[in-house]
Amino acid sequence: MEKIPILKMGKFLLVTIQVDLYDRLALTLEEDLIQMVFKTGSKGVLIDISALSIVDSFMGKIIGNIAGMSSIMDAETVVVGMQPAVAITLIELGLPLSGVHTALNVEKGMALLESRMPPSLDDANDDDVD
Amino acid sequence: MLMMTMLIKESLIIQQERDLVYCRNRVKEVAAKIGMGIVNQTKLITATSEIARNMLIYGGGGTMRLEVVTKGKQEGIQLVFEDKGPGIADIQKAMQDGYTTGRSLGMGLPGAKRLVNEFVIQSAIGQGTTVKMLKWKNG
Ligand SMILES: Nc1ncnc2c1ncn2[C@@H]1O[C@H](COP(=O)(O)OP(=O)(O)OP(=O)(O)O)[C@@H](O)[C@H]1O
Ligand SMILES: [Mg+2]
Repeated sequence: MEKIPILKMGKFLLVTIQVDLYDRLALTLEEDLIQMVFKTGSKGVLIDISALSIVDSFMGKIIGNIAGMSSIMDAETVVVGMQPAVAITLIELGLPLSGVHTALNVEKGMALLESRMPPSLDDANDDDVD
Repeated sequence: MLMMTMLIKESLIIQQERDLVYCRNRVKEVAAKIGMGIVNQTKLITATSEIARNMLIYGGGGTMRLEVVTKGKQEGIQLVFEDKGPGIADIQKAMQDGYTTGRSLGMGLPGAKRLVNEFVIQSAIGQGTTVKMLKWKNG
């Protein structure tokens, strides 16, 4: 079965959507991502949509669902690389993508997630050593 | 002066999800061919996606007729979506932001209307629904 790969990068998950998705594939991605957040306890989800030439209400709903479910599990969602034409169209369509952060590219998206993480847990672990 | 006219007039069947992707791609291809800018292209294929999906989900599938039309120097794309599904009881309601019978967002119809230059919807209970949209190249 076709699937969109989900990469684990440290505390975060990264999904790069390479092609315009048909609905079933998008739904599968939603389920898989939510499962992965749950299983890995990831604190952030990055969705790279730079290759997408369209985000319609269906895809918008999927992104919103991913963000909503992730936030219940204490993870934040960042959509990266949205093409300007897609952003303009989304506004006119009337989809605000609420609860979703956006960033220009994966690097900036990562930085955004990092900046929103609570002070590093590693420090707390260090304390335990003595 | 010799004018080049593009004769594109075709009909696509939308019966399953994959047809949605194909019909979006075809509209994009034709839009690019007539020189429609990327923002207008994106608006048009997004509207296409909304109406074609409605036709699939609520109308049991149907057809999309695609035609390149001209008016004076204006060139554009006209799309007519037609299904023989159950029809829409209250079009005025269906055209409102947020109205849905499918537990969705209810943004498809009103959103699509905002994205094109002309939008006409006709529906009759038990007979089906027709949506006609037009987007000018520079519109
Ligand atoms: N081709 C159709 N045949 C029958 N009913 C339709 C058709 N298209 C739309 N409708 C009705 O109109 C309502 C509004 O459609 P609209 O596309 O605006 O919202 P939606 O499909 O419910 O949600 P969204 O498009 O945001 O996912 C639908 O819920 C459905 O009841
Ligand atoms: Mg719809």
